[in-house]
Amino acid sequence: MKSMKQLMKKGLALVPLSLVLFLSGCELAVLDPKGPVAQTQYDLIMYSIIFMLFIVVVVFGAFAFMVIRYRENRPGRKESDYDPHMHGNNLIEIVWTVIPFVIVIALSIPTVDSLFELEKPPEATAGEEQKEPLVIYATTADWKWFFSYPEENIETVNYLHIPTDRPIEFKLSSADAMTALWIPRLGGQKYNMAGMENTLYLQADEEGVYDGRNSNFNGEGFTKQTFEVYAESEEDYDSWVEETQSSAPELTQEEYDELLKPGLTVEAEYSSTHLEFVDHGTNDGRDYAIERHYDLYGDLMHLYSDQEAEDFMDEENDDDHESSVE
Amino acid sequence: MQLDEFFVTGEPLIYGGMVSIALVTIAILFILTYFKKWGWLWREWLTTVDHKKIGVMYILSALAMLFRGGVDAMMMRVQLAFPNMNFLNAQHYDEIFTTHGTVMIIFMAMPFLIGLMNIVVPLQIGARDFAFPYLNALSFWSFLFGAMLFNISFVIGGSPDAGWTSYTPLAGAAMSPGPGQNFYLMGLQLSGIGTLATGINLMVTILKMRAPKMKMFQMPIFTWSTLITSFIIVFAFPILTVALALMTLDRIFGAQFFTLTGEGMPMMWANLFWMWGHPEVYIVILPAFGIFSEVICTFARKQLFGYKAMVWAIILIAGLSFVVWVHHFFTMGAGAFVNSVFSISTMLIAVPTGVKIFNWLGTLYKSKIKNTVAMMWALAFIPSFVIGGVTGVMLGMASADYQFHNTYFLVAHFHYVLIAGTVFACFSGLVFWYPKMFGHKLNERIGKWSFWFFVIGFHVCFFPQYFVGLDGMPRRVFTIIPEWMPLNIISTIGAFGMGIGFAIFVFCILYSYRYSEREKSGDSWDDGRTLEWATPTPVPFYNFATLPEIDSQDAYVKLKEEGRTTFEEDKLEPIHMPNNTGQPIIMMAFLFFASFGLVFEWMWMAIAFLIGGLIMMVVRSFDYDEGYHVEVDEIKRIERSARGL
Repeated sequence: MKSMKQLMKKGLALVPLSLVLFLSGCELAVLDPKGPVAQTQYDLIMYSIIFMLFIVVVVFGAFAFMVIRYRENRPGRKESDYDPHMHGNNLIEIVWTVIPFVIVIALSIPTVDSLFELEKPPEATAGEEQKEPLVIYATTADWKWFFSYPEENIETVNYLHIPTDRPIEFKLSSADAMTALWIPRLGGQKYNMAGMENTLYLQADEEGVYDGRNSNFNGEGFTKQTFEVYAESEEDYDSWVEETQSSAPELTQEEYDELLKPGLTVEAEYSSTHLEFVDHGTNDGRDYAIERHYDLYGDLMHLYSDQEAEDFMDEENDDDHESSVE
Repeated sequence: MQLDEFFVTGEPLIYGGMVSIALVTIAILFILTYFKKWGWLWREWLTTVDHKKIGVMYILSALAMLFRGGVDAMMMRVQLAFPNMNFLNAQHYDEIFTTHGTVMIIFMAMPFLIGLMNIVVPLQIGARDFAFPYLNALSFWSFLFGAMLFNISFVIGGSPDAGWTSYTPLAGAAMSPGPGQNFYLMGLQLSGIGTLATGINLMVTILKMRAPKMKMFQMPIFTWSTLITSFIIVFAFPILTVALALMTLDRIFGAQFFTLTGEGMPMMWANLFWMWGHPEVYIVILPAFGIFSEVICTFARKQLFGYKAMVWAIILIAGLSFVVWVHHFFTMGAGAFVNSVFSISTMLIAVPTGVKIFNWLGTLYKSKIKNTVAMMWALAFIPSFVIGGVTGVMLGMASADYQFHNTYFLVAHFHYVLIAGTVFACFSGLVFWYPKMFGHKLNERIGKWSFWFFVIGFHVCFFPQYFVGLDGMPRRVFTIIPEWMPLNIISTIGAFGMGIGFAIFVFCILYSYRYSEREKSGDSWDDGRTLEWATPTPVPFYNFATLPEIDSQDAYVKLKEEGRTTFEEDKLEPIHMPNNTGQPIIMMAFLFFASFGLVFEWMWMAIAFLIGGLIMMVVRSFDYDEGYHVEVDEIKRIERSARGL
């Protein structure tokens, strides 16, 4: 048992080391902010971690002291080390009630502050003009993403382009189950719900391709409900918009209804938006998908981890083929 | 309905499950018949109203459920460590994390603690049984049948697959057709009856049946935590009952409470669920705090530090537990003000919890720590729980939670509090009170091996999950990207460490049954502080021959000092005890089949058995069984032999 304990102690010593390694590496998505929203959250997390480490050090220290010093068979135990009738001490109890209370206050102030801040578009850095937010409707349906740009009159499926240094105002809603839009490097998540519209502000300061996903479980295809965010300069973004407007087909209601069927799908782009037929974020649009595809939600895809969306689409087509032959 | 729709088909793992269920059932039937144990089983266990036996049955069932939930966990860990092996597909994975969560919370953690309460609380306060022994038996059978109903879903009809939170609209009839989700609704509803009844039962027992002159602020701390927990149960469980009933109406009878169609309010489910769900996590943590307090006092051989502060901390935590539920969905977009209020109320819980941690450390100060297995579990709890606690505060900071929500950071947090809190407490409490229950101790040497495997495995499993969560890995995904692979493999190794720890624990139970020395004294650990240790071992069915007057917090310490016992021959009087009854198990069996009918929407079956259940209630209403009296001579005989006089 002795050797086990020593092993355990060595293991414990490694814990803070690994912590430092991980945090300083900053490879972790949430700790690698690429925009002001994620930065605000990163700062808050780092601020709180300092308090938490302090608490952990104090408690672990006190705990180690008690357990080592007051064990029954410690060599050199004195008679004065044992006082079975000690029942409490008001002063010290007040002290260790007040200190956590103060810590809670110290954590609450920046939390509340940032909560209100995150409800508004991020402010431009000093000396630069404040840009109007770009409005993107982000709508989910089992298990895909639609990004509609109403001003540009284009729509993308399962990917999106955004300009850097400009706030993005996401209008979140869902055609069916509750989901959440999350792009860890740009900022925290918010739910997409049918019949309701949530607003989420994000912004990218650095160009790059960022992973985004649905982070709220919504059924079989949940794991694969991801998308990529292409954050690019204003010019590149504008030329992408123009190209999409001119080369992509229009989205017909028939095609959109087909896309709403539960299942996986590949990336696509259109030179019009589904908002022309339905806005799932309104009370009128909440049951649009359910009304049309009620019987399809129970069908299983038999989705395995090594299957890509494309494979899955082919398989679906084969199935259709077979059934039509029969 | 075709037979292949009734049984789950197409999965080799599930066929394996069916075969093992069939084999185990046959084996049990064979053993009972071969050794002619049916009568014994019926008389001694199935019809018992003795709180100690009911407690033992709770704990055995909970251990079985721990095994089932643990197997689910192992399968998830294997899938995540080797996602390209195609061990589980998406659907199967969804079912497994749903059943893992539900089984562990509803059918493992709660019954385990209720089992310990059953055995210990009446003994700690000097009561001869629960206030309502019949109701107590009813509670147990309601739990067991509810658990069985939920557990058969994976071979019959299909498991629920919408997560243990069962959020609508996903869990509604449109998006989750079939019996799977109905199993969740009916299983929880059926076992919920028992939980609520136990809450009321314990509350009355503690308030009305304490030993003469035992004041509220002289009750042992585990009894205190049980009392507060019963209050939480009584206030929180009706919310779940109503929510489940509404969703049942939605799914089976076409109502529109939580649907997208017909102006339903899907988000209302999330609110109702967590208005119950958050108090629920305190239902499983407060008794754990109580257990740790008892174990630490006993093996530190010292009075609890700051007893009154400990009690008030529990009360405060219980109160706050009802006003924090929104922190489970800060991301729903309720606005900055609402999130601020719930952020602050959430973080405030850290204050009384911190007070408790410091008071335990205060108890260890100037103590004489005896390193038993029960004490090791209690000591391991303190640092582990602190890690879970501080990350909980981080999650409570709403704007940071936008980045933590639904990730492995959250998964790591709640496993750190629920395992280091509740599961460690279950092990600690079981080892601690084991001699009272079974008349022999668990082997300490094997127990220590199981402890180290489990605790080290636990940290190896869950500590990396904080980081993989910060790297953007959401919970409930069945496959991962290569960046998350190393940490996930470490996690899986840890999970198997915990599995080995559990296996050693089970071995320890079997080994100790065979080889452990039988207890001779009632005060098994020589340092017992509370009344349960004043009873002889094995505990006579009436618990206390005579009830001592209590005038201090550590009642048994005082009795020992004064040389008194719970057997004062000159004060003996006949003891009034309840008769055994087969009604509770029959009534709940009827409700089980009624629920089963509802799951498959076979109304004839549901109605027929519901009527059966109602008839049993009528039978009970006209049941004038007044119990019986144990005569003084018999008490003398039993006590003398038990105490070796």
